[in-house]
Amino acid sequence: MKIIRLAAIAGAVLALGLATADAQAQMRKVKVATEGAYAPWNFVNSQGKLEGFELDLGAELCKRAKLDCEFVAQDWDGIMPSLLAKKYDAIMAGMNITPKRMETINFTTAYAAGPHGLLILKSSALAKLPAGEYNLTKDLAEAEKAIAAITPQLKGKIIGVQGSTTNLAWAEKYFKGVAEIREYKTTEQHDLDLAAGRIDAAVVAHSAAQATMETATGKDMTMAPPSFSGGMLGLGVAVGIRKEDNDLKNAFDAAVKAAIADGTIKTLSIKWFKVDMTPKS
Amino acid sequence: MDFTFLGESFLRLIGGVPLTLQLAFSSIALGLCLAILLALMMQSWFRPLGWLADGFVFVFRGTPLLVQIFLIYYGLGQFRPALDEMGIWWFFRSPYYCALLALTLNTAAYGAEIVRGGLQSVPAGQIEAARAFGMSGLTLYRRIVAPIALRQALPAYGNEVILMIKATSLVSTITLMEVTGLAHKLISETFRSFEVFFVAGAIYLAINFAVTRLIELAEHRIAPDLAQANRPAEVH
Repeated sequence: MKIIRLAAIAGAVLALGLATADAQAQMRKVKVATEGAYAPWNFVNSQGKLEGFELDLGAELCKRAKLDCEFVAQDWDGIMPSLLAKKYDAIMAGMNITPKRMETINFTTAYAAGPHGLLILKSSALAKLPAGEYNLTKDLAEAEKAIAAITPQLKGKIIGVQGSTTNLAWAEKYFKGVAEIREYKTTEQHDLDLAAGRIDAAVVAHSAAQATMETATGKDMTMAPPSFSGGMLGLGVAVGIRKEDNDLKNAFDAAVKAAIADGTIKTLSIKWFKVDMTPKS
Repeated sequence: MDFTFLGESFLRLIGGVPLTLQLAFSSIALGLCLAILLALMMQSWFRPLGWLADGFVFVFRGTPLLVQIFLIYYGLGQFRPALDEMGIWWFFRSPYYCALLALTLNTAAYGAEIVRGGLQSVPAGQIEAARAFGMSGLTLYRRIVAPIALRQALPAYGNEVILMIKATSLVSTITLMEVTGLAHKLISETFRSFEVFFVAGAIYLAINFAVTRLIELAEHRIAPDLAQANRPAEVH
């Protein structure tokens, strides 16, 4: 009898152990890369820790997808090569979906979307341009007309832009040959140079510019009135994942959709950007 | 290895070679002038000049070049109103001039030590002999000190030239698109870091191969006896 009881207990303990091991196996460890230099999306705070919209959202998405996530910082210009080299498994770094990037990696559904434009000094003549919101996907002709109105004002000027971004591609397509285009490693660097007067404008996302304007560096800056989105500027910011990693894409996809549906993204967006950046489907 | 891609990368990166060479050789030329001045200051009988030169070398040799580049470019960029008033903002506005200044000051610090070593290697006996012949001041420097010091310093200085050519790769951090800057851009477009950096490395290697040959040639021309001295000593 005793032996049977012992065996039963041992069996129960074993089963329990297996069950926990099973649960742990389900918690896949995932490394998520971010830039850490793109406030308020992701940045390093005064304690040296990563913080921002994407850190909050990432924690939320991982909880929903039952993933054990760890965020790591990675310089922007190496962020896609290092994903391919399997240094980490996902990118959440204000990265827009573009057809060019889709040739190399996969993206989940977009978790945020916002307009882009020119960050300038308040004293700049560009501040007097007519306002307007232009979408390169929906009405390219209209958007290009607005861009053509800006072009003469940029003649002989210097435009700063972060390298390997949709902003750079856009600047090169429309302003190359008109203005000198300088490439920076981070947006913080072109903000400093705009404040110092080394460049006349920077091509940026409104969301990031908003954060700059709240700092001492950006107190004399403003956005040029016309804003642009869609098309080559990107189809929304999403989690970047290796092409073969379909399980992870599906897990994040479901989590993003759920976070959009229940308003979590709206709440976090208003917390960090003060406006709702939830992608409009 | 994909040779077509290597060829394409080469054609893209070779576009950065003029800027790399221009920065390297301008800074080396300006830096050498400054280095000679600093070495002479170190030898001066007026000690405060020596202390000034020592302090300069201490600071620029003891801090990383990358930090110097950032300090001069982004650091001084924050003092625009003051620089504007002094009328020198046009200089600091340009990333090219900032890079040139940082590279020049850096190589001047290393160069000063090399030149000083060369000057100190001139045997006192030779200087005394020259004085006995009635040479003084500039003549003594031109005929005796400079030639001996140059022979002694050239091998070490050749090393410094090579280091400077490689050091130009840091200026891509302040928006200058030399070979390394173009390599980063190409990688971000193609995601093929191995091939692109391989080509970039090969370009630097080719430049430095040519430069070392030129320096060796110069060494043989100005000091054939030193080249011979590398052979086992003969008993006279």
